[in-house]
Amino acid sequence: FPDLTDVSISEDIPVEGEITVPVGSHSPDEEFSTLDEPVRDTIMRDLKAVGKKFVHVMYPKKSSALLRDWDLWGPLVLCVSLALMLQGGSADSKDDGGPQFAEVFVIIWFGAVVITLNSKLLGGTISFFQSLCVLGYCVMPLTVAMLVCRLVLLAGSGTISFIIRLIVVLAMFGWSTLASTAFLADSQPPNRKALVVYPIFLFYFVISWMILTFTPQ
Amino acid sequence: AAGGGGRSGTAADWGGFEDNMQGGGSAVIDMENMDDTSGSSFEDMGEMHQRMKEEEEEEAEGDAGAAEEEDGEFLGMKGLRGQLGRQVADQMWQGGKRQASRAFSLYANIDILRPYFDVEPIQVRARLLESMIPVKMINFPQKIAGELYGPLMLVFTLVAILLHGMKTSDTIIREGTLMGTAIGTCFGYWLGVSSFIYFLAYLCNAQITMVQMLSLLGYGLFGHCITLFVTYNIHFHSLFYIFWLGVGGLSTLRMVAVLVSRTVGHTQRLILCGTLAALHMLFLLYLHFAYHKVVEGILDTLEGPNMPPFQRVARDIPVVSNGVLNTTAKAIALAL
Repeated sequence: FPDLTDVSISEDIPVEGEITVPVGSHSPDEEFSTLDEPVRDTIMRDLKAVGKKFVHVMYPKKSSALLRDWDLWGPLVLCVSLALMLQGGSADSKDDGGPQFAEVFVIIWFGAVVITLNSKLLGGTISFFQSLCVLGYCVMPLTVAMLVCRLVLLAGSGTISFIIRLIVVLAMFGWSTLASTAFLADSQPPNRKALVVYPIFLFYFVISWMILTFTPQ
Repeated sequence: AAGGGGRSGTAADWGGFEDNMQGGGSAVIDMENMDDTSGSSFEDMGEMHQRMKEEEEEEAEGDAGAAEEEDGEFLGMKGLRGQLGRQVADQMWQGGKRQASRAFSLYANIDILRPYFDVEPIQVRARLLESMIPVKMINFPQKIAGELYGPLMLVFTLVAILLHGMKTSDTIIREGTLMGTAIGTCFGYWLGVSSFIYFLAYLCNAQITMVQMLSLLGYGLFGHCITLFVTYNIHFHSLFYIFWLGVGGLSTLRMVAVLVSRTVGHTQRLILCGTLAALHMLFLLYLHFAYHKVVEGILDTLEGPNMPPFQRVARDIPVVSNGVLNTTAKAIALAL
């Protein structure tokens, strides 16, 4: 069998290569091994990735960077800061700190999971965590709106402040919805985009409602 | 397989401990591969796990055999026990991983629900409009589309409208509790009443499946959404009653007609449709009154200081407006 002799010769070559390299690890691992770099490099690399994604949300043009390297750090930070800012905004402040935070947290993550499942069931090509990543990062305009609302409420809580808050929240709500639609709708079959956009609209509407009806004590 | 066996055999000659960690460390490689899920679904990940497990098992068996022999020679009894311990831990880790990924690919298989979400926007719009038109032919079974996208979106819309209604009614409320109550009410109604009517349909020999019942009741909530959206923004009580009878009645009539067409026998039809009509209309009434500020005044006049618990939790009304509300509520109650 002449073919088998060829096969046996090619088996000898890797044996020679591994004998001369005594470490014994696969070569791809050596190239991507990040175990020996200083901790600062690791943290800065992750921070830069998160920051780049924030910039992508601010200017939602079509790019695949947000989708390709998904991470959930940004959504976590945004969700926690939004939930913290939404605390203490109700009439009975006796035992409201805990449940309020948990409610916001659960609503954001549960809503994002439902939207992701919905878009996958409708035939989307995006994966689970990528969609969670996009939806979480697009909460950023609403977090900015929450900051602005708190600052406005420090000044006063009359009708004018309500109108200002309403305009700001509406603008940020539109921005969030547009940003997430720009990323998510393209992964759907073209005739079903409306079916995917509607739950995203509802999701950000509920978050905007929570922000708008926030009254500090 | 031959190349892989040869490779691991020669690597074991030099690798020793590092090679065992490679065998156990292929779990780390698994995690990295999990990052690269662009476009893949849960089932692909399950398959990928299967393939990697098979490769790992081959490598682990090859490594275990080679490493045990040579380390027994080199290091004596102590080395052998250490090696065995590491092998056992390795096998346990892989066994657990195998079980976990099998359970994962079983329960996270959302493809079971995929046929129920296979709709086009035009179909959804047509079904929404149809849900307000009662059918006339009740002599042969009417077709019900077993689709879950429209009903699910309608339930979420109802939750959003309830929240919006609380904002426009200008009551100071505890957002957290109310949000949970709104979601729980709407989902509880949809799932609970569907199950109950399905059970009654089973008793009354009606031809309807659970998905069809969920779909029917879900689309019946479209009338509720319209009514509440309008009456939360325009606060006329008489307007609400007109909408309640008109819009609510139409959607109830449609559901009742569809059920009647699928049931045989007068008593059974009466039981089934009476229950559904009563629950549907009463739910709309409850939604309007539970989240509307005037009701608190009525309850105050009717029941005195003993307020029902859910009112106490849900709402705080400034004391000044309470007197005004009481008098208007009394006037309306007298007028009714």
